[in-house]
Amino acid sequence: MSSIKLRAVVALSGLALVCAAHAAQKESAPPKKAAVHAKKAAAAKDPVAADFEKFHEIMEEDSPAELFEAKGAEMWKTKRGPKHVSLEKCNLGLGPGVVKGAYVQMPRYFADAGQMMDAERRIVYCMVKLQGFKEADLAKKPFSKGSYLPDPVALVTYVAGQSRNMKIAVPQKLPQERAAYKLGEEIFNYRAGPWDFSCATCHGEDNKRIRTQNLPNLASKVDAVRAFQGWPGYRMTGGLMHTLQWRMNDCFRQQRFPEPGYASETIADLLTYMGVNANGYLYKGPGIKR
Amino acid sequence: MKTFQASIFGAAALAIAFTAQAQDYRAQAISMMKRDFHAKGIAHMDRLNEDALQLICNRSHNEPPKGIAETLQHDQLATIQYPADGKFLGDWKAGEKLAQNGRGMTWKDGGKPSGGSCYNCHQIGPATTSFGDIGNSLLHFGKIRGYGPDVQKYVYGKIYNAKAYNLCSKMPRFGHSGTLTEKQIKDLVALLLDPNSPVNK
Repeated sequence: MSSIKLRAVVALSGLALVCAAHAAQKESAPPKKAAVHAKKAAAAKDPVAADFEKFHEIMEEDSPAELFEAKGAEMWKTKRGPKHVSLEKCNLGLGPGVVKGAYVQMPRYFADAGQMMDAERRIVYCMVKLQGFKEADLAKKPFSKGSYLPDPVALVTYVAGQSRNMKIAVPQKLPQERAAYKLGEEIFNYRAGPWDFSCATCHGEDNKRIRTQNLPNLASKVDAVRAFQGWPGYRMTGGLMHTLQWRMNDCFRQQRFPEPGYASETIADLLTYMGVNANGYLYKGPGIKR
Repeated sequence: MKTFQASIFGAAALAIAFTAQAQDYRAQAISMMKRDFHAKGIAHMDRLNEDALQLICNRSHNEPPKGIAETLQHDQLATIQYPADGKFLGDWKAGEKLAQNGRGMTWKDGGKPSGGSCYNCHQIGPATTSFGDIGNSLLHFGKIRGYGPDVQKYVYGKIYNAKAYNLCSKMPRFGHSGTLTEKQIKDLVALLLDPNSPVNK
């Protein structure tokens, strides 16, 4: 693990150099991957973005996210909280204690809570119900900052890692789940605020960029997987691990909206909309982000 | 024939029911957001309320009927406050800095003057390659369109309130929303329309 960490640091400080060296080593890469890479780089039209794409490919195999997965795995089975129990009885939708494949099948409707829940919302629910943590405490500082890593972030990263290379299959069986999709779609398209932005303003068209950042069209079947893929993600900027809760929060900030509640229904429904749009694609596990 | 009529009636009823349900989701989604969000910094809860224009764009999926669009564009045009001194051209160098600056109006901002976020969506000066492409390219803007007072007035108005020219444009209304001041908008006009600006070289 420490060698991975070391490599991340080296890579961050000398990105282009490391990329070039690895690229030379990787000449035997399958042609399909190379073609995709070339296409992405061409679309980005920017050397920084192209470098990142290279770096991304190299790092994908042993991502720093694994460090956080390990941390979450340990936390999952440790007796914690006021009730001093582990999360091993937590039901992520596939039965108590079943973690494998649960992440790619969330958000889903949980009858015990009477709510739609994405992975993080469900984990928070388990921490409250099983371990006795206070919801308000967990919502106080829910995002990574500096050396601070919130417990739910590590736990979500672990749970997500347990769905690596599985098909995204966000359920739409129950009426509540179908309603959540419709509500999420409405939230996605709702323009308001001083800049008249909705999610769709930036994420409703194919092949668009803000600066050099490629924008996935989250309303389209082909692109929507990019909302799922790579999250939770290790963000090279600042070296922080972030989940989709953070991503949604920061999107609303840039949308010039007020702040959405952490692990709220609004976020769960929005993630349902995007998750269902991504159904059928292979989830590659926690990733890295620029 | 009877079945045909019945099926038409059925389809119509279904269409009405569907529309009613769609509106119900919309109303439900809005009230859910109002319940789940909270004010932070300068981003107050009233930002979740649609104004008349946002409402029309939201309800029509950004494609309002032509007549309504024209009427509302006219209303938006009336909001534009042109400079009292009748001059539209500021300092292109200050404009370039504003165009690069993506700050403004988020809950992390406040106090500091906002930027124009222009490069986020537009190609502008030739030196900046990290530009977005949600908006069209503005490179050689004056060179192509001319530098006259009509073009100057149009650019000032477009930055002040883009919706006056295209009702459901994705571009924010920088003057109308109070994001940019008159002086700042003039500097941006100069970036596009000063013959000495790198944009027109």
